[in-house]
Amino acid sequence: MRRIAEAGSAGAGNTEAASGAATAVVPADIAAGRRRRRRRHLTVCAALSLLVLAAFAVSLMFGQAVYGPLEVVRVLAGEEVPGASFTVGVLRLPRALVGLLAGAAFGMAGITFQTMLRNPLASPDIIGISSGASAAAVFSIVMLSLSGTAVSIIATVAALATAGLIYLLSFRGGLSGTRLILIGIGISAMLHSLVSYVLARAAQWDLQTAMRWLNGNLSNASMEQAAPLALAVAVCAVGLVSLSGNLDTLRLGEETAAALGVRVERTRLLLIFLAVVLLAFATAAAGPISFVAFLAGPISVRLLGRAASAGSPLIPAALVGALLVLAADFIGQFAFGTRYPVGVVTGVLGAPYLIFLLIRQTRTGGAL
Amino acid sequence: MTKDHQLSASGLALGYGDAPVIRDLDLELAPGEITVIVGSNGCGKSTLLKSMARLLAPLRGSVVLDGREIHRMPTKEVARVMGLLAQSPIAPEGIVVSDLVGRGRYPHQGVFARWSSEDERAVAEALAVTNTLELAERPVDELSGGQRQRVWIAMVLAQQSELLLLDEPTTFLDVTHQVEVLDLLTDLNRSRGTTIAMVLHDLNLAARYADRLVAVHGGTVHAQGASEDVLTEETVEEVFGLRSRVVPDPVSGRPLVLPLGRHHSGPPEPLSRPAPPSRCRSSGSHPSR
Repeated sequence: MRRIAEAGSAGAGNTEAASGAATAVVPADIAAGRRRRRRRHLTVCAALSLLVLAAFAVSLMFGQAVYGPLEVVRVLAGEEVPGASFTVGVLRLPRALVGLLAGAAFGMAGITFQTMLRNPLASPDIIGISSGASAAAVFSIVMLSLSGTAVSIIATVAALATAGLIYLLSFRGGLSGTRLILIGIGISAMLHSLVSYVLARAAQWDLQTAMRWLNGNLSNASMEQAAPLALAVAVCAVGLVSLSGNLDTLRLGEETAAALGVRVERTRLLLIFLAVVLLAFATAAAGPISFVAFLAGPISVRLLGRAASAGSPLIPAALVGALLVLAADFIGQFAFGTRYPVGVVTGVLGAPYLIFLLIRQTRTGGAL
Repeated sequence: MTKDHQLSASGLALGYGDAPVIRDLDLELAPGEITVIVGSNGCGKSTLLKSMARLLAPLRGSVVLDGREIHRMPTKEVARVMGLLAQSPIAPEGIVVSDLVGRGRYPHQGVFARWSSEDERAVAEALAVTNTLELAERPVDELSGGQRQRVWIAMVLAQQSELLLLDEPTTFLDVTHQVEVLDLLTDLNRSRGTTIAMVLHDLNLAARYADRLVAVHGGTVHAQGASEDVLTEETVEEVFGLRSRVVPDPVSGRPLVLPLGRHHSGPPEPLSRPAPPSRCRSSGSHPSR
């Protein structure tokens, strides 16, 4: 192996120090390092996929009644299996599907915001975009007596409007992550007070439905909800993956990204739009399952380790999100005497991490 | 090596809102040369560089790259010809040096980026030239300021552009690393014919490393040309509001600016006597660089 970088010949006078060193690195080592990180990225994705698959299978098989894998497969294939067809096909399958899709959607939306704004606190559930969807949904259920698809559409529009409002209020000659987070938290607080006001005037009957929009709950999941969510996840995932090169470059700072040929403003608006659509559709189907968007990204980055340097965390975050929701829903249903909605379990997991982040960031930086 | 990329600005007015920082400026970068832009704080030299790099649309006038108006060109196409090292680029947390340098390949990649052997070659070459091969597998967070700046230059080099703009590439570096970075850029210019334009704060380093010095003042180019012609005592006073003595640098023969302040600027005085006000007073209102 040649010890001196062949490509370095153009480097004129300043390479003698490097070529003389005992630990010379050659271009082949660099390519090998990159391949190693890529492989680790793939391995993490594969392992997470297996875990998601396992969690999905467990949610289909286990419950009050336990069915074997064979029965589950027969139900999925469309066969009529006494008992299992109803329990697995009608009750468990939509629930697991909506959970998986909503988790993936929250995960992708979260990591997109966190990466773009370079701050783990900038997750859309922290900065009030989920609250926009919730508030609009609660308002239209209680005050306008709407239900079903109409509520979902209104929630989606409201989430987009909230994101637009936060963007406009925080944009001043450039986008600052900190300003956006603070304004988002403020808007989130306003929306929460709106929700409290509406709930105080709600009839007992509406309260049940409205609560789902505040907690995140999979117990009413149906195939009618899974279908639009699946479509949104598929379309937005393709969009986000195709933008991941732009997003990676955007992380170097606006000027550097623009100099490298990224259309910064357009990329940012597209990313926000796709992430908010994901969030709104997932919220419409399952409610704002708390902290999943916030947690999935940092967990996936931690799992990737060095590999995070070479590849996008988007897909790992989607898988972690799905895994979180499936696991939390299973725990909420069966681990305790009473059944808890999935949002309560993820809330218990997420809150300590939020506090940890706040403490760490005020210690290290002073600012957010 | 090709030296035929032409970048020029004509009738340029730049600024934010109604107050232009640059008014009616003409500048042509000499292909294959190192142009250094100097000027006092807030004179618009960084703004000028940003606009030349198509990051800031002009209020009036135009920036032209190879006969085409740069702000109307596809931005990725520009990026294959011209690179910019911004003043404070951000290294993503945990990124490894060779991956950061790989980001410079962005303008050469499609939407669903496939990493090619050409990308790999460009990164290896950029690391070798900037003497950062040894750092390739290290996280950028762990590097010293000088190492980090070399890595960023490697990132821009991986872009393989023949025009290179740098916004204060030596800020925050100690003098050793300042010289190291400027030597590296000179190597690039000499060995590959890369056209370089940069903003520098240190007048004496600017004088030493510039093939052509451009002094920006009052919203336009106040003087340009060889260091010897631009850095005179008169120009320094006009551009920086600084009284100075300019002598030939004993090392390079280029001009060396010795600022005259209110203290320590005359022949040694007896400690007890106040300095004679006539000789050392500065005009006070001007920033002393």
